[in-house]
Parts: sequence; C-alpha cells; structure tokens
Amino acid sequence: MSAQTLAAPPAPTGQELAVRPSWKAPIAFAVLALVALITFGILGESGQTSTFGISTGSDAWQIDPLALSSQPVALGLSLVCVAVAAYAAWLVRAGQAVPVWLTVLFAIAFVLAFLVWAVAGEQISFTSLLQGALALSVPLVFGALSGVLCERAGVINIAIEGQLLAGAFLSAVVATLTGNLYVGLIAAVVAGLLVAFVLAVFAIRYIVNQIIVGVVLNVLVLGVTNFLYGQLLAPEAATWNSPGTLPRVEIPLLNEIPVIGPVLFEQTIIVYAMYVTVILVHVALFRTRWGLRVRAVGEHPKAADTLGIRVNTVRFRNVLLGGAVAGLGGAFFTLGNVGAFSREMSAGQGFIALAAMIFGRWSPLGALGAALLFGFANNLQSVLGIIGTPIPSEFMLMLPYILTIFAVAGLVGRVRAPAADGEPYVKS
Amino acid sequence: MTDTKPPAAAPEEQRPPAEETFFQRFMRELTGGSILVTILSVVLALLIGAVLIAASDPDVQDRASYFFSRPGDTFEAAWNSVSNAYSALFTGSIIDINEYTVGRALRPLAETATNAAPLIAAGLGVALAFRAGLFNIGAEGQIILGAILAGYVGFGWHLPAGLHLIVGVLAGLVGGAVWGGVVGLLKARTGAHEVIVTIMLNYVARFLIAYLLTTAAFQRPGASNPVSPIVDDSAQLPRFFDDSRLHLGFVLVILAAFGVWWLLERSTMGFEFRAVGANPNAARTAGMSVSRTYVWVMLLAGGLAGLAGVMQVLGTERYLTSGISAGLGFDAITVALLGRASPWGTVAAGLLFGALRAGGVPMQAGTGTPIDIILVIQSLIVLFIAAPPLVRAIFRVRVRSAGQPVAGLQRGWGA
Repeated sequence: MSAQTLAAPPAPTGQELAVRPSWKAPIAFAVLALVALITFGILGESGQTSTFGISTGSDAWQIDPLALSSQPVALGLSLVCVAVAAYAAWLVRAGQAVPVWLTVLFAIAFVLAFLVWAVAGEQISFTSLLQGALALSVPLVFGALSGVLCERAGVINIAIEGQLLAGAFLSAVVATLTGNLYVGLIAAVVAGLLVAFVLAVFAIRYIVNQIIVGVVLNVLVLGVTNFLYGQLLAPEAATWNSPGTLPRVEIPLLNEIPVIGPVLFEQTIIVYAMYVTVILVHVALFRTRWGLRVRAVGEHPKAADTLGIRVNTVRFRNVLLGGAVAGLGGAFFTLGNVGAFSREMSAGQGFIALAAMIFGRWSPLGALGAALLFGFANNLQSVLGIIGTPIPSEFMLMLPYILTIFAVAGLVGRVRAPAADGEPYVKS
Repeated sequence: MTDTKPPAAAPEEQRPPAEETFFQRFMRELTGGSILVTILSVVLALLIGAVLIAASDPDVQDRASYFFSRPGDTFEAAWNSVSNAYSALFTGSIIDINEYTVGRALRPLAETATNAAPLIAAGLGVALAFRAGLFNIGAEGQIILGAILAGYVGFGWHLPAGLHLIVGVLAGLVGGAVWGGVVGLLKARTGAHEVIVTIMLNYVARFLIAYLLTTAAFQRPGASNPVSPIVDDSAQLPRFFDDSRLHLGFVLVILAAFGVWWLLERSTMGFEFRAVGANPNAARTAGMSVSRTYVWVMLLAGGLAGLAGVMQVLGTERYLTSGISAGLGFDAITVALLGRASPWGTVAAGLLFGALRAGGVPMQAGTGTPIDIILVIQSLIVLFIAAPPLVRAIFRVRVRSAGQPVAGLQRGWGA
C-alpha cells in the first residue's frame, strides 16, 4: 500500500478516501466503454433479437418475455458506459473523486450490454439466471463475512476454504447420522468453529504466521475430509452421506413480487440466515460499541490495549465467530443444494470468498456485493455455456480473480486492509 | 544443532529482542529450531495419522462394538490396520524387501526421487521468496505456466535432438518466471500484496490451461478428453533405468539447489535478497533497490517453480493435462517450511514428502487406505514445526533454540 494512505483513518463502508482523485478509474472506464461500444455495439450482429424471460410459470402476475433488438440496445447501453466514463473524467478534472454509485452504474450498463450481445438470437430466463447466481453466491457471502470478522480484528483468515469444506462435510455426516437436517446445520457451525479454533490457537497463542497456519489448515481439512470420504462416505453412502436437502420456505406475499420474489424469497433457511447475518454483522461492526472495539483492535491494537480492551481476547472471539459463519456457509453446499458431500466440494470457493472480501473493501455490505457479482459471473458463464457464446467459459471464470488483482493493485479504486491485519499483538 | 541434550546449567531460552517482528520470530524458529523438533513433529503427525487410519477402519469399528468384553480384539485390529498401511507406505517408497534383485528392490527409492524432484524445485522457489520476506503461494500457477510452455515446445515444435530439450526446459523456466515476475512487479510498483496476487494467479493459470486444452493447438488429435499430444522423444528428459521413471530432472534439481545455495550464501544478489527479507527499510537505507529485489526474487522463484512444471511435462507425465500440477504447488509450501527455507533443508524435506507421495500409491492399492492420509500427515508436520512450543509441551522436552536467526519482515496485507 502506498505511503499516502497510511495516515488515512479507518475506512467506513467502502467510501473513497483518496486524497487526490485518481485518473485510474476514468481511464479504466473509458477503455472498457470503448470495448463495449465496438464489440457489443458496432460489431454486434444486426437484425437479431435477445429474449429474456421474466416470469416463472407459478407467478401470480405473468409478464411477457422481453424481446430486445440486440444491436441497437447493446449500442445504447454502450453509450451509457461512454457517458459514465466522460462524467467520471469530468469529475476528476474538477478535483472530485469518482463516487461508488457511478462505478455500480457503469458495471450494470456494461454487464447488460454484454448480456444483450451474448444472448443475440437466443432466449434465457432472467429469473433463473438470478436464482442460479444467488445459489452460487451464498457460500461466497458466508465465507467473505468470515473473512471480514477475522480481518477487521487483525487476524488474516486464509482458512476460509477449509472452514467451508469442514462445514460441508460435518453437516452432511451429522445430518445423515441423526436424520435431522437442523442438527446438521449446528454441526456445520461446530466444524467451522473447530477449524477457526486451531487457527486462533496457532495464530494468537503460539504466534505462528497467520498465512502459514491458514494455508496448512486448508490442506489439513482437505486431507481429512478426502480421507474420511474415501474410507467411509463413498463405500457406505447410506449410513454416512445421504442427508437430503433442506426444504424451501416461501415467504408469503414477498414471493409474489415479479423476478425478485422467486429469487429472494423462495429459499432455504440458510439463505434467510445469510440475509440476517449480513445485516447483523454490518450493524454490529459499524454501529455498536463491540464493533468499535473490534475495529480498534484491527487498526491499532496498542491504542486499544491502552484503553483497556483485551486485544487477544477480542481477536480470539472474532476468529471463532468468523469460523462459525463460514461453517454455516459450508452447509449450503450439502444441505442447501446438492444433498450429499463429495470430494473437494468447496472447489476453491473459499478463495473467491477471500477475493470478494478484498474486493468489497473489508466491509460486510461490500463483501455481499462482490460475492453476488462473482456468483453472477460464475452462473452467467454456465448459462452462456449452454446456449453457446463467442467467449470461452474459462475466461468468464477467471474474471473474479483478475478483478481482484486489479483491485489490490489499485488499478480500479483503492483497497486498504485494516492497519494491523496479520500482525500478532504481543504485550510488551 | 543436533545436540539435543541441554547443558547442565542450560540458560533458559534466549528471549527474543523486544523489537523483533513476528516474522523475524517465525523465521528464527523456522531456521534456528532444533532438528529434534522436526523429528518429534514427524512422529506426532504419524501418530495422529495412525489414529485416523485405525478409527476409520470398518474392521476396527466392528470389533470396537464389543470393546468392553474383548478389548484386545479392537487393539489387534487397529494395530493390523495401521501397521499394514505404514509398512505399505515404507515398501512403496524406500525399499521393497520382497523383491529378489537389488534393482527391483530399490525401485521404490527411484520412484521417491521421481516424486521428490518437482517438489524440491517448486519448494526451492517458495524458499527463495521466503528469504526475501515474500510469501510465494503461487507455485501452483507458476508450475502450470512452466508446463504449458515446456509442453508446447515439446509437442508443437520439432527441433533437432539435444537442442529441443534445451529449448523446452528454457521455455518452461520462462513461463514460470513470467508468472512469478508479474507478482514481483505488482508488489514493487503498486504494493499489491503478493499473497493475494499469487492466490488469484493460481486460479487464472488453472482456467488458462483448461481453456488451452480445448483449442486445436493443444488438444491431442482424436482425443475427446482435454489432453495434449505426447511430447517428442527429442524433448523428453532422458530416463536412467528401463523399469523406472527416474529422469534427468532429478540431477537438474540438485544443480538448482546448489545454485540457490550459491546465490543466497555467496553472491551479492543473494545478500540483497536476505537483507531485504530481514528489513526492507534498512536495505533501502543502505542503498539497495527493494523494488528491483522483489522483481528479481519473484522472477527466480517463478523460474524454479517453472522447472517443476518442466519436469512434470517433459519427464514424469510426458503430456499436458489440466491436472499437471497435481497439487505440487501447495505441497511446495509445506516442503519449503519443513526445510526451514534453506536450500538443502528443502531438498531433504522434498525427499521426505516425495517418499510419502511415492508410497501413498501402493498403500492405497494394497491396503485400501486412501492416499489422502498423506495430505493429513504433511500438513500436521508443518503445523507442529511452525509451533515448537506446542511440540515441546506435548513431549515435555526442552529444546534449545540454536543457530543464527534469519531475520525477515512480514507485515499484513497492507505491507
């Protein structure tokens, strides 16, 4: 991180703190807008229509599928991108920072332009696109929240992947053994706690490097779950690995809203727990005394200690809390979605969650937004893979990782970790 | 360091200086801890592995149901289960005493060396970066890029014998170096934390190879699954024996270890690496370019990991698959940690983990114990090594911290 940000105060929710507005954002916007204008607009096939299904069969109000003339609409959206880029350039020239909403607007216009271009001559269901995106986002959101809870207190949590995997494994096994899915959910929390406990003991008690403990814990959980899967779960799936899935709970009235209703309010209890957790963590972190203490410990442990906050106790608790949250997210793989555990089920999602946390600037709402974006990109990739598009799916899958590299390199906006993140506190 | 008996009036462990950063402390433990801690960690990890093997064995579970009437049965079954697995591990990796000729009895040892070679190469890359205070989690991606370039030269170009192999090896080194160098460059220019960038680049590399194997240039003609053509004979690392996969790569890797040792201990550049690792601010004050050091060290570290990719594609496997890195990148981190970030320590650790890998395959085939137990044992070893106080507490031994601390500086994400 460059020297000029060192003196900056603790970041509130994802606000731009740049002292001097940077030209990076307008330049990035301009390049992308140009790409959109040329590829999606000018070079797009003319005379094609892109059809988006809005309603599902069971909706109370039926809305006809939206048929758009591909090239003109993509062109229009690209021009919106160009306009945003121009406005951003004007703002920076006037000495003002580029606001977050402008970035969001740009992203939405760009993605829609891409979508209209990619779907030209085909039909996709907008609602199921979003449903799939949410399903892929849920573990990411839980994982990223786990990261936020740990890192705001100054402990780096690379072990999100392991916590997710442990949660997925233990929830499936316990739910099968007890025959009760909700006991399985509790087991998922316990599994996440266990991994977090080891992380906390090694990182805080024994002051082992946090990144190393995290990396090694991921390998350990992978090894243990793979081993037990091969030894027990695979040969005797009926006794060990057939938990089934949680029922979907419909929230009356809210699920009647077109598009949003079926996507958000016909979900399993894990997803509702996710909504609650995001809000709880956000409010607790930024609006309560507890949150102030946690952030103080993560930013300046010595000052916090001077004021009588027990730094390592706060950190220990937060790491455990983060583990519990990530463990619950792991249960979504098994109980929330597939209904059985399989080898290496988390498949790197813990690392995307880490990326989402960084991309979301260590704030719960930011992490939520980034996780939803990454989930959307992932689902878009598989949907477009089915209808066939000009872009290879592997490049879509790379997107979250490349965006994160851009984010940490300060090419788009600037991200800043809590000041004492990763540094153990030894009372002298 | 090997003297484990504390002197009569052993002074209590030297207290670290108050200003020591935690990475310095970690590096001091890493490089200054006793061999005894390493051995005890391995023993402890094997014991826990044994418990896991015994507890998950269906036979043991059956007998444990009448544990209180005949406890001996449970213990006998547990002993059988564990001893079968571990002896299969041993015969699969060191020496097979059931074979009649010396050559065939020693074949497991050659297999161990084959498995160890890429582990050591990638481990050297991680260790070198450690010494400059950088966490290179990205060996996985660097291996993949090295394998992609080396493999492409191997099957895509058709050069004269001799030259072909040299060009292939160099291409692999370049591939890994570029993937690592990007990290060093971003760190030097923008301050982007190398851990985040390397993790992300690992995934980019995975998707890149998955994509390439679907293209006409890389996919084997007529194959429906994503595999590349087999590399030309002229580009293959020659094998030493008829009935073993051991290839020239093992010699290359020992040369590489010697090179890293020379670089770190005898060259100006290596001195700068260590100085930057110890304290970048002091190094900067002394007139060294910290940025340039980051770029160079990551270029070299990436090149070493790329060498591991070369060995996988031109030596062991001889064609590209999306699983060409075979988890080597993450094992390389544990190898470098176990080897305490020193070149020869990394060689020793690589041989140990290579033996576990080599023995794991016949163990799984012969006794049904899943090979994943190896991952458990490896990660436990490293966990215990990283926390010597824990090992000391468990075994109730006092271990003298000896040796010179290799100081290093590691701050959090923000550094």
